[in-house]
Amino acid sequence: MSDIVPATTLLRVEGLNKTYQAGGPPWRRRRVHAVDNVSLTVARGRTLGLVGESGSGKSTLGRCILGLISPDSGQVVFDGVEVQGLSGKALSSFRRRVQPVFQDPYSSLDPRWPVGRSVRESLDSYRIGTPADRERRVLDLFDRVGLNPNLVNRLPTHLSGGQRQRVGIAAALASDPELIIADEPVSALDLSVQAQILNLFMDLQQDLGVASIFISHDLGVVEHISDEIAVLYHGVVVETGDVEQVMKRPVHPYTSRLLAAIPSSTPPRR
Amino acid sequence: MTGVLSFTDVAVRFASTETSTGAPPVPPAVDSVSFTINRGEIFGIVGESGSGKSTLANSVMGLLPRSAQVTGSIRVNDREVIGLDDDQLRSMRGDEVSMIFQDASASLDPTWSVGDQIAETIRAHRTISRRGARAKAISLMTEVGIADAASRYSDAPHRLSGGMRQRIMIAAALANNPQLLIADEPTTALDVTIQAQVLALIGELRKNHGTTVLLITHDLGVVAQVCDRVGVMYGGKLLEVAAAEDLFANPQHAYTRALLAASPSGAPRGSRLPVIPAAWNIEDLQRLRQEGTE
Repeated sequence: MSDIVPATTLLRVEGLNKTYQAGGPPWRRRRVHAVDNVSLTVARGRTLGLVGESGSGKSTLGRCILGLISPDSGQVVFDGVEVQGLSGKALSSFRRRVQPVFQDPYSSLDPRWPVGRSVRESLDSYRIGTPADRERRVLDLFDRVGLNPNLVNRLPTHLSGGQRQRVGIAAALASDPELIIADEPVSALDLSVQAQILNLFMDLQQDLGVASIFISHDLGVVEHISDEIAVLYHGVVVETGDVEQVMKRPVHPYTSRLLAAIPSSTPPRR
Repeated sequence: MTGVLSFTDVAVRFASTETSTGAPPVPPAVDSVSFTINRGEIFGIVGESGSGKSTLANSVMGLLPRSAQVTGSIRVNDREVIGLDDDQLRSMRGDEVSMIFQDASASLDPTWSVGDQIAETIRAHRTISRRGARAKAISLMTEVGIADAASRYSDAPHRLSGGMRQRIMIAAALANNPQLLIADEPTTALDVTIQAQVLALIGELRKNHGTTVLLITHDLGVVAQVCDRVGVMYGGKLLEVAAAEDLFANPQHAYTRALLAASPSGAPRGSRLPVIPAAWNIEDLQRLRQEGTE
């Protein structure tokens, strides 16, 4: 949505492969190609929607980019630097600049910690500012994501699902990331709450210029929020491009099938 | 057309510890709900979490916990179901009225073949030989779209995909030709392409058997796709009932309008989504209730 700034590549994924050993008795075990030769790019400040059904490999791909799991082969290049094999300071800096937001705001926060502490942990671990600065920064972040600063001392169980997801986003923003990888961040939320969180994501992109990879099974959500879209099917990117173009003129039959399966918001005439 | 299922002024209260401490009474989970579903109709109830839609569905089958107090009148084929004893409920469940749930894997016994589970449902309600029940189960499996049903009969549930398991649940629910099928979020756990198939199947049942369906969902798209009429629930109350087309074209209630507007599909790409006004914010309501019970 930020069309003024010329797009420069922030993240480049090239020929990424990840296979898993499927479970079961030894004679039935086979390798599952979760991510199959995937290449894609994310420009600075842009949102790439990654859409696919369960088992399409979208979460595995997200985790590979975050460096949470290592791919079998292929490259993840962030801001010109190959991510595989980073260590020490360089790895820490990468982690600071690329932050995750997860689906389940119930399990991604420590239930025994006041939510302010979960946000602050990131500031502490990257040694951002003085301790007094951090205190203030947590309050700023709460404000930024639309949370009442009075909530910093509450436990996660005292917050609603939408509030918890805002805390998760505040924690991700704490280190001033350039890229957010959000894996199904609104799937667990009611429609009215989902709308608020989607608005927040759009604000962040506009105000802070954060790029994001927005992973979702919900094509309606992805279409609304993304600049570009990549459709994953059995680990393969079957279609990628400008979101409007893909939605209007899908090239791959799977994309058409996915589009046709979405219940339209108006009932067919009977 | 006659009513297969009718609710008259139905309320469900979950008695917390006696309100002797002066705490305000817990608001009812379902509050003075009245509507009638006609024979052969697919009636949707749409609402967000905590709206009372599942409580309402469970009240028909007598599936609420004992702490629930149900008042008003719920009639299935003109028979009052509130106050039926366990035996009467058991003969009604799975025979006259069937129910399917969101999570088919939780509803199936993992140690038992899927075919036997359908056959058991048949034998629970009528006298039929094992062989006869088996043949009927296979024909039901075929009807719900399971290819090569005879060879899948002995499969344990984990051998089937999520969509296939939901089909097995539907087959078991249909085993005794119920007049009313209650489906509580039947496609929520499924991928969209599979969801489309299961919804088409529910539409076919109505066409072929005249089954009346009460469909509970949070998904407006699902409602648009299969329902004839829709009721919108919020905070335990039924806010409006309308033909599906009218609901989308001309929503009457402020909450319905806000809910439709909050959906990203249909909104211009990248536009800010209208936020549901505070008066209709589900999370505020939940918080108020929580504070009320503390």
